[in-house]
Amino acid sequence: MINRVSALVLRYMYLYRRSLARLGEVFFWPVMELLVWGFLTMYLESEDVGMTVSYLLGAIILWDVLYRAQMAISLSFTEEIWVRNLLNLFVAPLRTFEIPLATASVGVIRALVSLTLLSVLAAVLYAFDITAVGFALVPFVASLLLFGWAVGLVTMALVLRFGQAAEALVWGVPFLIQPFSAVFYPVSILPVWLQPLAWSLPSTYVFEGMRAALASGVLDGSLLAMAFVLNVVYLILGTLFLGLTLKTVREKGYLSRIGME
Amino acid sequence: MSEPVVVVEGLSKSFGGVEAVCGLNFTVGPTEVLGLLGPNGAGKTTTIHMLLGLVTPTAGRVRLFGMELDTNRVAVLSRLNFSSAYIALPSNLTVWENLNVFSRLYGLKKPRKKIEELLELFEISHVLNRVTGGLSSGQQTRVNLCKSFLNDPELLILDEPTASLDPDIADKVHQVLNRIRNERDMAMIYTSHNMAEIEKMCDRIAFISQGRFVLEGTTAELLAQSGRASLEELFIAIARDRGLPGEAP
Ligand SMILES: Nc1ncnc2c1ncn2[C@@H]1O[C@H](COP(=O)(O)OP(=O)(O)OP(=O)(O)O)[C@@H](O)[C@H]1O
Ligand SMILES: [Mg+2]
Repeated sequence: MINRVSALVLRYMYLYRRSLARLGEVFFWPVMELLVWGFLTMYLESEDVGMTVSYLLGAIILWDVLYRAQMAISLSFTEEIWVRNLLNLFVAPLRTFEIPLATASVGVIRALVSLTLLSVLAAVLYAFDITAVGFALVPFVASLLLFGWAVGLVTMALVLRFGQAAEALVWGVPFLIQPFSAVFYPVSILPVWLQPLAWSLPSTYVFEGMRAALASGVLDGSLLAMAFVLNVVYLILGTLFLGLTLKTVREKGYLSRIGME
Repeated sequence: MSEPVVVVEGLSKSFGGVEAVCGLNFTVGPTEVLGLLGPNGAGKTTTIHMLLGLVTPTAGRVRLFGMELDTNRVAVLSRLNFSSAYIALPSNLTVWENLNVFSRLYGLKKPRKKIEELLELFEISHVLNRVTGGLSSGQQTRVNLCKSFLNDPELLILDEPTASLDPDIADKVHQVLNRIRNERDMAMIYTSHNMAEIEKMCDRIAFISQGRFVLEGTTAELLAQSGRASLEELFIAIARDRGLPGEAP
């Protein structure tokens, strides 16, 4: 199993080596985002808004972890459809879950690279030290990766079910979650009736936890614990959804259709 | 006789209301080449995709190497391979990178030697370091075939493998396939719209029309049964009549 997963990881590493556009996803866009938001926060800072600057920069960097983890799974998979390679993979001796496992590993590598780059840049340009969040950083990042995968499994299933028409969803799904994840503002800002929705997303706990840690330097373990419990639930749901979708897709014969489009 | 590598019983598939495949029964022996011949939309690709687990049958069952694919995916899939004119290897990777990745997926320990051998066999050694998408379609087809021999398959399933090849290269591919069959046991299921190719490559031909086998046997048997002079004539008769030859008005 390790061999097969690492073979697939190698396949995506080759892709990044060959494709400037793909490398851009790792390096270029995150940096551009950081620049825009960073300068905006600098401007806001000059208007004297206190902790807000750190909150915003922390949010941008951590949101990127979630976004990249999701994209890595579903984009790598969409890639196989683009290049008509899907059937080659489905007739190879792979277990179905080994494909998302490989793309998730690629996701971790990507996210770590982006995260390192952004942290260094944020430190250099804005004197923002993300490690100020302390040891909390590791579980925060891990928790966001897990949630990113769960979302990635769902988008991967949608791509299987709807083919290239679902491509827009690959880019869009994270933004369905963003408003309710309290990324840039605390949950208390949301209308009361929306708050339960926010608290049902693991990402909310991470961003709330991040702000608390930045403000007080103390990590709220219960927030992280809740995030992990929810992550497990979402990962199970994501896997079930992917499994069910695969079953439908095999029954309806979509696999042979999208594989050859 | 040794155990067949493919056993198909009552295999059927309908998509919504459309019956694509209806109650097929057949076996393929360990050294046998079965050719599936039939008009567009007859159900050849659907049949093949059911064998490969890409499409779930509505009814019937498939056993490969005596096993169900569902419960033995890795064991079964590592002993067979598949190629088709309609699928491709990632165009943005080099030939070496692609074949290296698939070698590893198939669990090869020393991929380079195998890859070099196969490229040599198909006379495309010079493309090793070229980007796959930049190759001519004939070269790409042969790279795909190299991929399908990486695991020395006991069962090779080819869906219109030579659709994009010029007659010279197609002939070379036939020779390579036959050479491999002479060296070791390998069963094949082969579809093509080229009658001469089917005649040359296949031990047994199954004529499929509207999801059913309408005739089955060696070329000589088929011609004798139908009273036609050539496979081509027989094909056209079946395609136009949409039924058994001789029965139509
Ligand atoms: N995923 C699908 N959904 C709906 N109908 C399908 C699907 N796949 C195949 N069909 C239908 O099933 C029938 C058999 O198609 P199939 O592709 O198996 O034919 P074929 O013999 O391979 O034809 P060709 O020679 O053109 O390749 C056709 O009527 C086709 O439209
Ligand atoms: Mg076909």
